Amino acid sequence: MRYQPLNLGRWVLWSATALVLLAAPQIFSASFVLTLMTQMGTMIIFALSYNMLLGQGGMLSFGHAVYSGLGAYLSVHALNLVGHGAFPLPLPLLPLVGGLAGLAFGILFGYVTTRRAGTTFALISLGVGEMVFACSLMLPGFFGGEAGISTNRVVGQPFLGISFGPAIQVYYLVAFWCFVCMAAMFALTQTPLGRMANAVRDNPERAEFVGYNTQHVRFLQLALSAFFAGVSGALSCINFEIVSAENVSAIRSGGVLVATFIGGVPFFFGPIVGAVVYIFFVVALSGFTKAWLLYLGLFFLLMVLYAPGGIASIILMQIPVIRARRFGELLLPYALAAAAALVALAGLIGMVEMVYRLSEQGANTVLTVFGLSFDARATPPWIAFAAVLVAGLAALRHAARFVSARWDAIQQSLQSRAA
Amino acid sequence: MNAALELRDVHKSFGTTKIINGVSLAIPAGERHAIIGPNGAGKSTLYNLISGRYPLSAGQILLNGEDITGLKPYEINRKGLSRSFQVTNIFHRLSVYENIRCAVLWSLGYRYSFWHRVGGLRDAQRRSVDVMERIGLARRRDTLAGELTYAEQRALEIGITIAGGASVILLDEPTAGMSRTETANAVELIRQVTEGRTLVMVEHDMGVVFNLADRISVLVYGEVIATGTPAAIRSNAAVQEAYLGTLHKEVASA
Repeated sequence: MRYQPLNLGRWVLWSATALVLLAAPQIFSASFVLTLMTQMGTMIIFALSYNMLLGQGGMLSFGHAVYSGLGAYLSVHALNLVGHGAFPLPLPLLPLVGGLAGLAFGILFGYVTTRRAGTTFALISLGVGEMVFACSLMLPGFFGGEAGISTNRVVGQPFLGISFGPAIQVYYLVAFWCFVCMAAMFALTQTPLGRMANAVRDNPERAEFVGYNTQHVRFLQLALSAFFAGVSGALSCINFEIVSAENVSAIRSGGVLVATFIGGVPFFFGPIVGAVVYIFFVVALSGFTKAWLLYLGLFFLLMVLYAPGGIASIILMQIPVIRARRFGELLLPYALAAAAALVALAGLIGMVEMVYRLSEQGANTVLTVFGLSFDARATPPWIAFAAVLVAGLAALRHAARFVSARWDAIQQSLQSRAA
Repeated sequence: MNAALELRDVHKSFGTTKIINGVSLAIPAGERHAIIGPNGAGKSTLYNLISGRYPLSAGQILLNGEDITGLKPYEINRKGLSRSFQVTNIFHRLSVYENIRCAVLWSLGYRYSFWHRVGGLRDAQRRSVDVMERIGLARRRDTLAGELTYAEQRALEIGITIAGGASVILLDEPTAGMSRTETANAVELIRQVTEGRTLVMVEHDMGVVFNLADRISVLVYGEVIATGTPAAIRSNAAVQEAYLGTLHKEVASA
C-alpha cells in the first residue's frame, strides 16, 4: 500500500505542510503549546526515520534511540565546545553534527544488526540498545552519568537579532529542519534504494535473485535512517539544553515504535500523525494525570487490535466514501460511536484515577474528576464509574454494529458501481 | 565453443541422503533445454544449486565459461543467469510495474543508488513497460501483484525473471497449475521472451517440453540417464524404462 497522490496534489500537500509549520505559532501562541509543537517537530523526524526501517525496510528495531541519543550527545559536546570558543559553528547547523554522528554509529552498529532480518534483527537491535545504555552509565566522562550533560544553546553573537534564546526561534529552527527532513525522507522512498528496500521487505529471497544483496540494502537503509535520527537528537539537545542517559534508553526506543505504529506504518505520512498524537500524550496529558502512560498503552493496544494500519489508514479509508459523496451517511453512526466511546472512557478514567490516588502513599484520597469531588475509599464512586463504563461499552457495541452496517452498505454499492 | 551453462560432476547431499549424484551437462548458447524426470528426481535441487540457493557438495558449475561455484544468488544473477520459481515468488505488496522495475534496476547500473529519482529513469521505465507488454500485463500495471489471478502471477514470475536481460534463463515449471489455454499462451510467451537466449526449463507437461525444447535431459534419482533431441529421447529405452506407467504414454504421444 502506498499513498500516491497526483503530482499536483503532492505540491499542494507539501505547500500546505510548510504553511502549517509556518503559521502554527501565530495561531497557538501560548508558550505551553509552543514547547509542545517544538517537541512534535523533533518527534516527527525521529518517527519518520524509524519508519524507514519498520515500514519501508521491514526491520523492527528495539534500539533506534541509540542513534538519536548518540547524535544528541555528540551535539551537546559540540555545542559546549562552540560555547567555549573552541570552534565556530552556527547553531542552525548543529543538527548536521547530530546527523553525521547518527550516520557514523549507524554504519558501525548497522554493520552488525543488518546482517540478519526479521526476529534476529529485532533481537540484535535490542542488544545494541542495552549495550549503549549500559555504556552511558559506565562512561560518565562522555555521557555525564545520571545528571547528563547540560549546555547553553545561546552561543556567539546574535545574527540579525536571532539568538535562539526565545522558544519561538527554536520552534522555527525545528520547523525548518522538520520540513527539510520530511522532504528528504520522502525523496529517498523514490530512489532505487528506497524501492528496493520495499522489495526486500516483501520478499528478500526474490530480491537476491534479481541481483540485490539484501544485507547491503538493509545496511544502507539503516545508515540513512540513523542520520535523520541523529538530526532529531541534535534538535532535542537544542530544545532542552540537556542530554542524559534517558536519550539512549529503551524507553525512547519503545516510544518511537509506539508513535510510528499509532500513526500508521504502511504510509509515509503515518509517523507524522503518530508523532503529533504521541507527544500530545507524553507532554500534554502527563501534565493532567499520572496515569498518562496507562492511557497511552491502552490506546496503543486498541490500535494494534483494531487498526493495525494506524490513524493514517483510518483517514485514508474515508477518502473513497467522501469522493462518492456518501460520507454524510456515516456522520450519525460515527457521532453515536464517539459519544458511546466517550461515556466508556469517562467511566474508565474515573476508576483509573481512583486506583492511582489510592496507590500513592499518604496522599489525600479525596480527588476531583470532571469537576466532581469524592473519596476514593468510598464505595459509591466505584459503583457509579463502573456503571458508566459498562453502559458506555454496551452502547459502543451497538454503535459499532450501526457503523459497520452503514459502512458495508456503502462499500457494496461502491463496488457494484465500479464493476 | 563454450557452453552457456556447464555442470561438471555436480553432487549434492543433505546429511547422508544423496540428492544429486554426479550430474554433468553442457548447454550451448541459444539452446532451449528441458530437464524432465519423475517427482523427487532432484530437478528443483539442481536448479537451487545452479542459481546459488544451496551450496554444492562437490563439482563445478560454469556460466559462459566462468566458474560460478559457491557464488551467492545475487552474484550469479549479476553474471547473467536468472531463474523463476515453481511456487510463485513475487513482490506481493508492490504493483506489477514496480515488480518489473525492481528486476531491471541492477542490470541498468542503478545498484543501491539513493541519488537517482526512480520516476525519472527513462531507461528503467522503457524496459519495464516493454517487459509488461511482452508478458501481457500492461493493462494491469498498477495492480498489486498479490491481487493478480494465478495465471497472471505466473506471467509476472516469468517477467521478473527475464527483465534483467540475463543471457541464461532457468524456468522452474512455468506452466504448473495452468489450464490448457493458459498453458498454450505461456508456451508462446516463453518461446518469444527467450528468443536469442539460453533457456533451461524444468517441466512436467510433456506437450510443453516436446514443443519447446531443442534438447532434453532426463533426470532420475539424481543422475542424468539420457540427453538428446526430443526424437532421440522418445525412442530411448532407458527413458522408457524409467518412465513406465502414465508418463511413458505421455512421452510417446507428445
